[in-house]
Amino acid sequence: MNQDTTVATNWSGWRWRLLLLLPMVLAFGMGALLWKSIGTDPNRLESNLIGKPIPELLGPSLLDQQRLLQRSDLSGQPALLNVWATWCTSCAIEHPYLIQIAKLEQVRIIGINYHDKRPQAIDWLNRLGNPYAFTVFDQQGDLGIELGVTGAPETYLVDAAGIIRARHVGILNERTWPQLRQKYQQLIADVDSQ
Amino acid sequence: MIPELGHLALILALCLAIALAVVPLFGNATSQLRLQVAAHPLALGQGCMLLLAYAALTVSFIMDDFSVVYVVANSNSALPLPYKFSAVWGSHEGSLLLWVVILSLWTIAVSLLGKRLPLLMQARVLAVMGMISSGFLAFTLLTSNPFKRYLPDAAIEGADLNPLLQDFGLMIHPPMLYMGYVGFSVAFAFAIAALMDGKVDAAWARWVRPWTAMAWGFLTLGIALGSWWAYYELGWGGWWFWDPVENASLMPWLSGTALLHSLAVSEQRRLFKSWTLLLAILTFSLSLLGTFLVRSGVLTSVHAFATDPERGYFMLLLLVLCVGGSLVLYALRASTVRSRAVFNLLSRETCLLANNILLMVALAIVFLGTLYPLFLDVLGGERISVGAPYFNFLFVPIMALLLLLLGIGINVRWRAMPSQRLMHLLRQPLLWALGAGFAWPWVYAGAFNASVALAGALLVWLLATSVADLWQRVQQQNNAESAWWKLGASYYGMLLAHIGIGFTALGIAMVSHYSVEVSLRMAPNDKVNVGGYQFIFDGVKSIDGPNYSSIQAQVQVLKNGSVQQILQPEKRHYNAGQQVMTEVAIDAGLWRDLYVAMGEPLAQDSWALRIHYKPFVRWIWLGALLMAFGAGLAAWGKRHRFIPLPVAQTRHKGINS
Repeated sequence: MNQDTTVATNWSGWRWRLLLLLPMVLAFGMGALLWKSIGTDPNRLESNLIGKPIPELLGPSLLDQQRLLQRSDLSGQPALLNVWATWCTSCAIEHPYLIQIAKLEQVRIIGINYHDKRPQAIDWLNRLGNPYAFTVFDQQGDLGIELGVTGAPETYLVDAAGIIRARHVGILNERTWPQLRQKYQQLIADVDSQ
Repeated sequence: MIPELGHLALILALCLAIALAVVPLFGNATSQLRLQVAAHPLALGQGCMLLLAYAALTVSFIMDDFSVVYVVANSNSALPLPYKFSAVWGSHEGSLLLWVVILSLWTIAVSLLGKRLPLLMQARVLAVMGMISSGFLAFTLLTSNPFKRYLPDAAIEGADLNPLLQDFGLMIHPPMLYMGYVGFSVAFAFAIAALMDGKVDAAWARWVRPWTAMAWGFLTLGIALGSWWAYYELGWGGWWFWDPVENASLMPWLSGTALLHSLAVSEQRRLFKSWTLLLAILTFSLSLLGTFLVRSGVLTSVHAFATDPERGYFMLLLLVLCVGGSLVLYALRASTVRSRAVFNLLSRETCLLANNILLMVALAIVFLGTLYPLFLDVLGGERISVGAPYFNFLFVPIMALLLLLLGIGINVRWRAMPSQRLMHLLRQPLLWALGAGFAWPWVYAGAFNASVALAGALLVWLLATSVADLWQRVQQQNNAESAWWKLGASYYGMLLAHIGIGFTALGIAMVSHYSVEVSLRMAPNDKVNVGGYQFIFDGVKSIDGPNYSSIQAQVQVLKNGSVQQILQPEKRHYNAGQQVMTEVAIDAGLWRDLYVAMGEPLAQDSWALRIHYKPFVRWIWLGALLMAFGAGLAAWGKRHRFIPLPVAQTRHKGINS
């Protein structure tokens, strides 16, 4: 305990100078990064997974613990996969709009309850209404990682075969839904024409 | 006419700011006293011009001058008068003006209180503040002029202020927050001045500490107000959402906290000097980053300003100039301020070093969690997921560790301390903390809860270690009566701020674990029991406000059969913008809040109501108030430090802090 500690490093001058350069380099790197991201819509994050199928096994159902949900539960219809959680404020803002499009536009929405607690999530649906055809209970975030989820809310458009066609990061509302709606209706039309 | 006057004043302010940035430094270089001292009238002149411009914009709001684009977008003739004052900073242009006005006020404060600093220092510090001001004034005038007009055709009516902002908390939240953000520019300016000088001594740290403490106190208040506002205005009962904009204000707070502590070491022990300089630059840079994130639209947030890429680029350029420039200077000059000293492993220096490391780790967690969408491209992968669970999982343990360390740090002395003596001092507080921590959840809820026990133990730990240190210091004095006074306001401020953080921690733990939330359909005369209270719904009333019409629910609150309170949550419909807002009704108390919010109307006079019982939620903000008050007290106790001491005395080390 009585050992004295010298704070100043024993590094030679040039090493020290190099270290002092580090904050500057980091700051300029950060600046370049921010420069690139200005003007790009933060809601539109391209996904590597577009064109790829969602996993075969989705996870347990939120409302029915015994049931294990699978890709086949999409039952051959295009759908939105909506990532939500009770800890996510934006999800609460988005929720009424999901109910609206599920009801009025007959959009099939599948919920992914992400990093959440079951009783709270069930309570949420009971209170605020349930726009989801079914909800996957993704407590560990495994499905989220498979899909490349970056946060909640986030929505994926999946076609009848379970292939991811589009991705939207952030809230769905009057402003953001129309872009996705177009693609959704196209998928519906594809199914109908077959 | 008045908007044009304001515009002219803004242009003149820019001219004076540029002069302030150039003239004193030129005076320094050419040793012309006249030019060096010109910094003071220039600072004053800039401030007056900005106040004039600000007054002009305020008058335009009060007179409902709907020829001004900014007024049309943010006001309405029916908007109540107090909100016309606060609507001035309700959106991007006006809040930017407020930002520069506050910067000019800090500049004037430095000019008035810093007259006894060495002349070279005065000139440098004020010039650096002039540079920042020039940049932001140019930004305002070129991209975000609040005085732009619709001429010759004025609008007939305004679009009204966003109803979310028509609220007392939001009236004072931005000015407080900006006082904090911008206040860190003083420490920044001092750091740049020191780098120009190539010298950081104890006197330098003495000057910077009170300014940093003031700015930190304001920022603490600003963040607390924002959290309080989110709690009662958004209607979800949450008080912190880890939203990018909230995180943007938390980051300079964390870095500012580290700066305050590292400054203490620089002053008392002349250590960590170049680190302190870097922290001063970092703290202000993070304040600027926060301003940038809110206004550039690079991140999605619930409460970001409307954005425009042109502004984003300009702002980023400003940021790169300011931050990049100062870090280049740092890279070139900081090697001259290396410190070399020796201290024992068991010393206050070690504790403060650990404090800085923990705070930097916490900062890194928040930084990465907030900006990760921007890094995704660079990293190539997308297998990252972040949200409130990420922050809670990583941030909370770091903070708990910090609080644990804090109790030791208060008691340990500079340089070295025998471990037996420290053990002796800390044994009792440790026993108290463990005992109280374990007992508390049992006493409160009849069952054990680890998080609550930990928070309870930490609060008691902080209280007990503070008392132990206070007692120890009083005992050391010869005359116990005067000893209480001799310790000084800064010392008590330090204790208060530290205890404040314990209060906040306990509030957070209690409200996170013992909140009760019920959401139900209620018809008139329906009853429900929540948290030991009975709530009776008496139906709704229609009410007309100045610029809205409202449906107000009447909810009686009973305890043991007697009526305590009638809560009246509202659903407001704002006429101008047609927005619907929920106004929560809260019965606030030190031990619990009762919180009622209206949901949707259901059939047959029944409504969806949300009733929360929130224990100890006030403690979160009470703790923040204590922290801010403590910081103010600390700054007050150090006010005499603006007077430089004779050389011999600056080497003397104070007994405390």
